Parts: sequence; structure tokens; C-alpha cells
Amino acid sequence: MSTLAVTDPVLTAFAEEIGPEGPVAVEGGRTRWQLGGELAPGTRLMHAPEGVVEYAPAEMTVRVRAGTTVADLHAELAVAGQRTGLPERGGTVGGAVAVGENSIHVLGRSSVRNAVLQIRYVAADGRLVTGGGPTVKNVTGFNLPKLMVGSLGTLGWIAEVILRTNPIPETTRWLVSADADPFAARDAVLRPSAVLWDGTRTWVELEGHRAEVDHEQAALEQLATFEASSGPPPLPPHRWSLTPAQLRSLGDHDTGAFVASIGVGLVHASRPQPPRPVDPGAAEIARRMKELFDPTGRCNPGRQPGGG
Amino acid sequence: MSLLGRVKSAVGGRRSLTGAEALVADLREALSAERVRDDGAERSLIGHDASVFGGGVSGPVCFPTSTAEVQAIMGISEAHGRAVVPRGAGTGLAGGAIPLGAPVVIAITRMNRVLEIDVDNRVAWVEPGVVNLDLTKQLRPLGFHYAPDPSSQQVCTIGGNVANNSGGPHCLAYGVTDAHVLALEVVLADGTVAMLGGIDAEPAGLDLRGAFVGSEGTLGVATKIAVRLTPNPPVVRTLLLSFASVRDAAATVSAVIAAGMVPAALEVMDQRITVAVENYVGAGYPRDAAAVLLAEVEGVGPGADIDAAWIDEIGRANGATDVRVAASDEERELLWKGRKTAFGAIAQIAPDYYLHDTVVPRSELADVLDQVYEIAARHDLIVMNVFHAGDGNLHPLLLFDARQPGTLERVHAAGAEILQASLAAGGVLSGEHGIGVEKQRFMEEMFTSADLEHQNMLRQAFDPACRANPGKVLPVGHSCADIQALRRVPAGVWG
Repeated sequence: MSTLAVTDPVLTAFAEEIGPEGPVAVEGGRTRWQLGGELAPGTRLMHAPEGVVEYAPAEMTVRVRAGTTVADLHAELAVAGQRTGLPERGGTVGGAVAVGENSIHVLGRSSVRNAVLQIRYVAADGRLVTGGGPTVKNVTGFNLPKLMVGSLGTLGWIAEVILRTNPIPETTRWLVSADADPFAARDAVLRPSAVLWDGTRTWVELEGHRAEVDHEQAALEQLATFEASSGPPPLPPHRWSLTPAQLRSLGDHDTGAFVASIGVGLVHASRPQPPRPVDPGAAEIARRMKELFDPTGRCNPGRQPGGG
Repeated sequence: MSLLGRVKSAVGGRRSLTGAEALVADLREALSAERVRDDGAERSLIGHDASVFGGGVSGPVCFPTSTAEVQAIMGISEAHGRAVVPRGAGTGLAGGAIPLGAPVVIAITRMNRVLEIDVDNRVAWVEPGVVNLDLTKQLRPLGFHYAPDPSSQQVCTIGGNVANNSGGPHCLAYGVTDAHVLALEVVLADGTVAMLGGIDAEPAGLDLRGAFVGSEGTLGVATKIAVRLTPNPPVVRTLLLSFASVRDAAATVSAVIAAGMVPAALEVMDQRITVAVENYVGAGYPRDAAAVLLAEVEGVGPGADIDAAWIDEIGRANGATDVRVAASDEERELLWKGRKTAFGAIAQIAPDYYLHDTVVPRSELADVLDQVYEIAARHDLIVMNVFHAGDGNLHPLLLFDARQPGTLERVHAAGAEILQASLAAGGVLSGEHGIGVEKQRFMEEMFTSADLEHQNMLRQAFDPACRANPGKVLPVGHSCADIQALRRVPAGVWG
């Protein structure tokens, strides 16, 4: 119904600029530009609109346009003591959502998928489409936000999202150990925000009330010697997606130098992960999805989620 | 020849039987006579779920025990031109499991094995018929639990929870079902088996797992489910706060969230439901408070006590007349028993109830609740409120006696007004019960036709022929071939 149509002139102008035809890709901070394959030549490049539209700290939600950088968004949220699960790596909100890769703090700050409550995108036919809803809990209809997160812009061009925020705790503390068993460290604490391991050293990020963090630190110190660290180590460029248990036999994989996220299964490695097997049933659903959402193949042509 | 191949070749070889008889014969050959029911009593039972909606007419009811049998049922149903409707424990409240158009019902209750508990990966692989609470009971001794805890958790199935993206009181901190399902083996309506998601950190490709969770049985049947194990918190504190008004309780909830806390649970009950619960289980709730807030915080070391002290302080600043911290696990469990049996407690007051489910921004809770009471009074109905206040998820309970002529109409009219009040406050149609047949006609008040077209495309990618649970979720006119699927069987075939 027309009363529900998107009225923000910034979004409607974005949709008009994209128009109903011709190949288009939206560029964010280009921090993951190589993902999913080479962009087809002749594709028109655009930028998504910017700006925090509506921020309600007491609701713990924020409506933000896709072209806003994650750093700018987080700077605005920090004033009210909040943040989101989106990774800060120099890119935009829309880019982070389209790529769907989690931050290293995913154990404590939520995944990108769980952060997106509502999404507005320009569809292949040039219309603005809204999926999901503005509240922190919602099961109304089919879950378009989940479908769009990690879709690399191949089903539509993300214009705006409503994100779940979470409180910045009183204390964030990074610890490092040269002799800890990283798996025992993971099990010794209830809710670490990150446990990282480079094959020798183990970093743990603890967050919460100061007294709670002190308590968790004491539990870690029962295991090994830990000292304060200014933050995580530098991360190698490639991402491997493994199961948490597979990290116990990481030597079986040709990762090169690595920083592994214990309890998550993600490995930041100096060598790329070989292509992962694709389930044929899921691939067929994904093929039909692309055909239905983008029948002429104009959304970010050349890219394929999980491909490239 | 595969099982599916055998049944497909058998179809058509029974010219002497009526269509309905041949369908049952083919299903029985694929499963067993005992696990394909087509007696009137079974089909009549399956025509309903826990909602007030009726009108369902079921075809044969199948009880498969394996993925291959679910595939066979899909193949036979397709060959006979029947739709399929998956069904868990039937505790749904939006009519999502009601069979429309004499479909083949796939009851997953006998696929109830916990296949693997993988502590190293913090994952359990389960079949869809595993009962929610049974899984948690198996996990507790290992130091874990399954976090989503709907009020019906003693009977509802994980498969049903996946279909509805179910919530529960403890989803405030932990998230609803979607956040706890890592991978799904599903059988599509055309018999294809697909593995969606994965237990690795970032499964490749589109998040079809996320699309499937909450799709109310319209995309296929989940046959294996990988769920996340949540560690049991070492320290839990449960507080019971009493208030002289529902508004004060709602204000406390908003203030707790605004203070930067994410408690494990924040549940509010108004006086009517609290008294009913006390009469029913004697959980120790005050009968004289206008509202009570059940708050739970978790943590390690002193963390939970710090949060509990904050909630105490915020509660008193917002008018709490009494704050009690459960002194023992027994007291804590009794308080939760009271909250979770609230819906059973109302039988003493009225024979029927209609449990609503909407979400509003947390800051609008008090105002929308005022409207809920006003709407109920205007329609001459008793309303009770028990809700997941922490995430703004309202559950107004309208009590009535369906034997009184005209009552159900008033209940539906009041329900529609409650939905509209929630939407007007910036809310959504459902927080955890789903759309089913209950709220289809309201979908156009929340979404444009372009939005609904895109939701329908999501569905069509899984089920191009729209044979899985037709006639649900999307309103008529926005839903692919539902109408054909429902019309294919002449009315009265199974009557």
C-alpha cells in the first residue's frame, strides 16, 4: 500500500539513479572488493547514500544509510555508550552487510546476520523494497534481511538498514599468553569477546563489569601466565571458514601464518582457503533465487556469493 | 531402484482405486500401514492446532522416520497433485499447521532422535521431532542447554521451533531460534534434499538457512537440525519486583534496557494473570500488585549480583513497591514455573482464550498496554497481559466463552484493533508466533506490494510449485501458485 512506500527523498533519489536497467554495482570502502569474482566490465559504479537517520539509544536500534562508514556510525553510537556487531575495517555499513563477514569480536558483539533487523534495498526493477521490521524481535513474514546479508549485492542494492545495537561494557581488556592452551582458555571463561591463537600465543578479549573481567582474568591465570595486551595481533589477509573443532588440527591445513578465532572456527591466514564443496541442493535454490530477484543479471554482475 | 523411484513407478498402477485410496496405498507402501493414518479421528485432530482457527481438512497423515521417507512422501504427494503440510507438536498459535486443501500431512514427531552431541563444536545434531525441553535435559549434565525456551517447551518440537523461529523468555539475551540454528538438512517439496548453512564459522553462499528458519513450513521440511549449545551460566539471579501499576513495570523495563544492561529475561505479568497463576501453582507471586516484573540476570563471579543490584535500584526509582531476590534454586524454579504455566492457569477463568503476539518499541510499551486494556473493555472482553517486556513483545490474552453467540466476532475485532495499535506505535505483526492464517490479511498494513512480491520470490526459489503448506503467511494475491494448489482437490474429497 502506498502509505508504506519509502518516502525518504534520499533513498528514492538513489533508486531513481539506479533506474530500471543496465548493470550496476555499489561500491563502499572497497575493503573486500575482490570477493566473489571480478566485476563485469562496463558496470556502472555508484555510492549508496550516507547518514544516520534515526537513533534511539533506549530501543537499542539505529537506522542508518548504507553508504555511512562503520567508523562514523560507531562514533555516533559511542556517545550513547553503544556499538554494533559490524566489523570496523575501513568500510561502509552497506559493504559490511553485503559481505556478511563478522568482526573478530563476534563471540561478544553478535554476528552481522543477527545485527540486521530491517533492510531497504533497490530491487533489480528499480523499486525500493523493505524486508524485516524496526523492532528487536520480529517474525512477520519471510526473512529478506537474512537473505540479503552476505549476498554481495547480487540480489539488490542495499540502501538502508536498521541495526541492533549493544551496550559498550564498562571494561574491555585484552590479555596475551605465550604458553596457554587456547582451547582450555576458551573453556575457562563464560563469554569472551574473542580468543585468538597464532600457534604460539593466545590473546583473550574480556568484556563486562570490571569485577567480572577481573574474575575471568583470574580464571585464565589459573591456566597459564597472561599479561595485558594493547589489542589483537595483526591479522593475515585471507579468511578460512572451519569448524571450531577443526582448529585443533590446523597443521593439516595449508594456511601459512595464521591467527585463528578459537570457539568460532574462523582462521585469518596468509594463504587463501581452497574452494569449499557446495551442496548441490542449496546451489540450485541459490540459482533460482538469483533468477527471480535479478532476471536480467544487472545486480553486481560477475560476483557470486561464495564464488570467485 | 531407489525408494523414491519405486513409489513413483507404483503411482499410476492402481487404476481401480479412487485417487484418495491410491494416495494412501502409495504412502503405505513407502512407509508402513501403521504410519499412514487416514481415519476420520486422526484427520480431524490434525485439522487444528493450538490456535482458535479451524477449518482445516487434512488428507492422510504420515509419520516418517527418515529423510528418505520424507522424500518419498514428497514424491508421492507431487505425483498425486497434493500439497504437503509439515507438523510438529501442533502447539502453534497462528494456524500455521492447519491443513488447507486436503494436503498430505507430514507429522515429524517420530523423527525424535538426538543424533549427536558435539561438545567440541558446541553443536547438537537433532531430528525435527525432538522436544525442546528434552534436548535441554540431555545437555544440562554436560554444562550446556538449548537457549530458546517457548512456554510450550515441554511439548513443542525443535522442528516446529525452526518453522516458527520461536522465542521464549530467555531470548532477550540469547536471541530467538534463528540465532541458535547453524545448519539444516531440508527436503523440498519436489523431493530434493539440501543442506543449508553449516557448522563452520562462515558458511559460503547465500544464507538459505536464515531464509528457511521462520518460514512456517512453506519452504519444505527440516529433517536434521544443527543447534548451538549454550553454556550454563555459573551464577543466576532472579528478581521479583512488584508494582502499583503496569505503567511503572513497563517504565522499569525501559529504564533497565536504557541503562545498558541486557538481562537474560524481563517478563511482566499483570494482576489478573498473577492471581490466576497463584491460584494454579502457588509460586509465591504477590496477589495485590498491579503488575510484577520477573527479571533474571546471569554472569560469572560478581557480575550477576552487580546487575541484580542495578535492577533493584532502577525498579525502586520507578515505583517498585517490593523487590525480592529468589533465595534458592527452588524458589527461582517455582517463579519460572508460575510464569511458564500462565496459559494453563486461565482455564479457571474462562473456557477459551486467544493469545495475541505483537511487538512494539520498548518505549511505547506502557502506552500500547493502556490501549490494549481500553480496546478489551470496549469490546466487553476480559484481557490479561503476560509478556516478554524486555524486547517489547506483547502477549495480550483475550478470555471468552466461544459458546456465547457473537463472542468470537468480538474477540477478532478486538484483536485487529490491538494489531493496529501496535503497528501505529511503530511495531510489527508478530514477535514469535508467526503469521500462519491468523495475520495474513494484515500483512498489507506492514508491507508494500513490492515487499510482498519479494517475500514470495524467496519462497518460490525453494518451492516453485508452492506445494509446501499453501495458503499461509502471504495474503492471497501475493502468494505464488497457492490458489491452484488449494483448488486442485475438489472440496469434500476428504470430508
